[in-house]
Amino acid sequence: MIETTALVLLTVISAATPLLFAAMGELVVEKSGVLNLGIEGMMLAGAVAAFAVTVSYDSAILGVLAGALAGAALAFVFGVLTLTLAANQVATGLALTIFGVGLTALIGASYVGVPVQPLPKLDVPGLSDLPLIGSLLFGHDALVYLSIAATLGVAWFLKHSRAGMILRAVGESDISAHSIGYDVISVRYRAVLFGGAMSGLGGAFLSLSSTPMWVEGMTAGRGWIALALVVFASWRPGRVLLGAYLFGGVTILQLYAQGAGGIGIPAQVMSMLPYLATILVLTVIAAGPWKGRLDAPACLGKPFRPST
Amino acid sequence: MMTARVTRRGFVLGSAAGLSALSLAGRHAFAAAPTKVGFVYVGPVGDFGWTHGHDVARQAIEAKFGDKVETSFVENVSEGPDSERVIRKLASSGTDLIFTTSFGFMNPTLRVAKLFPKVKFEHATGYQTAPNVSVYNARFHQGRAICGTIAGHMSKSGVIGYIGSFPIPEVVSGINATALWARKIRPDAKVKVIWVNSWYDPGKESDGTKALIDQGADIICQHTDSPAPIQTAEARGVHGFGQASDMKAYAPNAQLTSILDEWSGYYIQRTQDVMDKSWQTQSIWWGLKEGMVAMAPYGPAVSDAVRKAADTVQAGLTDGSLHTFAGPIKNQAGEVKVAAGESMSDGDMAGMDWYVEGVEA
Repeated sequence: MIETTALVLLTVISAATPLLFAAMGELVVEKSGVLNLGIEGMMLAGAVAAFAVTVSYDSAILGVLAGALAGAALAFVFGVLTLTLAANQVATGLALTIFGVGLTALIGASYVGVPVQPLPKLDVPGLSDLPLIGSLLFGHDALVYLSIAATLGVAWFLKHSRAGMILRAVGESDISAHSIGYDVISVRYRAVLFGGAMSGLGGAFLSLSSTPMWVEGMTAGRGWIALALVVFASWRPGRVLLGAYLFGGVTILQLYAQGAGGIGIPAQVMSMLPYLATILVLTVIAAGPWKGRLDAPACLGKPFRPST
Repeated sequence: MMTARVTRRGFVLGSAAGLSALSLAGRHAFAAAPTKVGFVYVGPVGDFGWTHGHDVARQAIEAKFGDKVETSFVENVSEGPDSERVIRKLASSGTDLIFTTSFGFMNPTLRVAKLFPKVKFEHATGYQTAPNVSVYNARFHQGRAICGTIAGHMSKSGVIGYIGSFPIPEVVSGINATALWARKIRPDAKVKVIWVNSWYDPGKESDGTKALIDQGADIICQHTDSPAPIQTAEARGVHGFGQASDMKAYAPNAQLTSILDEWSGYYIQRTQDVMDKSWQTQSIWWGLKEGMVAMAPYGPAVSDAVRKAADTVQAGLTDGSLHTFAGPIKNQAGEVKVAAGESMSDGDMAGMDWYVEGVEA
């Protein structure tokens, strides 16, 4: 039983990590008042770049870096369009996803069918062999630990650092932040680039760790789940972590439940659960006793044009 | 020889790029007008599975006929209203022959075919023909029978894991063929099915495979389109079968063999028929005998004895002395569905909606 639980949880970790990366990045972007719907495209860019570089230079570290850079590069395009040129963020984000799907298919065409060495697992001698805890806490690849570290980092940054407070101020009231002398556009650029790099890392995890291969459109909608996650988490890092593991967990549990002979609930219903949960959370927050505490950044999605 | 690559989103957004690619292809004039062959794919050509197989055959048409043909394809077309728009666009842009390569394109294909009686349509894996719509399918269940035989010999745990996409007859009959032939070798063998509700989601296919292996499966079969399941089998040190193309690059040790979809012969013949103006509607279901279903070379883990057993089954299915669904066959409840001495008809196989004994789905 303990053995099975550990195995299920291991699979949950690999399903949750890409969601966690992408959602944590998007959280920071949205906290700065920018809505980037291009997560799927940026994840794919990260996945193909990480794969191509790892294969070409035989270096996983370079590959992961390339994944983050590729995500950030695509995010930079988004930034130029929406921040500098003040284009509509929703339309630009959607275009970014569509562009990313096509571009990565083109770049990745010659990498289909090429095998890659998966990311090395960081085994700690002695500790990794401990029952249950050993396999759960140790023996993952570096990206899994990085995703957790990034969560803690983002939580600390937003709550306790000066820069984090400025970022939140920019997201809540860009005009006020601007009038007391903060460079709204510059803050948002940095947030957007960070979000892109995080999406890229999520993609890199997909193509180097969870399914070490490149095939077109391999994110299969995970970018959109990450987007829903940020709302589900009502823009709080801790809840994003919880949500990523919850969403990942439900998906994995329904697969195991099928293998165990079913639990009387159709697989399709189980697949719906994460989204039902998102809707439920939104409804409860909007209508329940916590009314008005949805905590969406007030300037989310609004372009900012500094007047003089 | 000319290829236009268009994506579904190009159509959906009415993007100028997508449409101008088609019209450019149309403007490209040859002395004798080339025969235009169009393809509608459900997945990306880079999936290394189902759609990849069809695209290899499309390239075979170009290689065979050179300047006498012009092929084009639209990839990532979702089954439903979108596909009807895509098919109509192809038909109205002067395409002579259109292959729609997924089950869910059936009704859209039939509707468009009515509007364009001069255009010939070929729909894969469906069951409804029209004066200008042919239906073609491959007897993949024959390949599954060979896989089942190998699985029956090689499974130590007796649990065969199966990643399913959607419980349509095509997939159900594959599961049944696997279970039936595995149990001829090992009567206590079980086929455990996990549905991922997608034709193509590498992450979920891989997670489902992990779930199957964690629950005792030591042979992995798949009816989804990415190499993720067999790759996961390789990583976990168990064996399995590739899907639609030879996936040994992803699983040099784990892949025992793979069912190969060989559409080239049929596609070339039908293109020739259109050129000769001898195209007629038909419904064909080709298998090992006609070469539409083939098997990849055995992997290193398959012993000589198992190879021999598999070869015998393959030879029997090819020459017709063996039938995939020959009785006696019992369903999950243990009732006899096909009596001893009888075989299922093509119609019954094509509409299979029940599981044989030994399937856990």
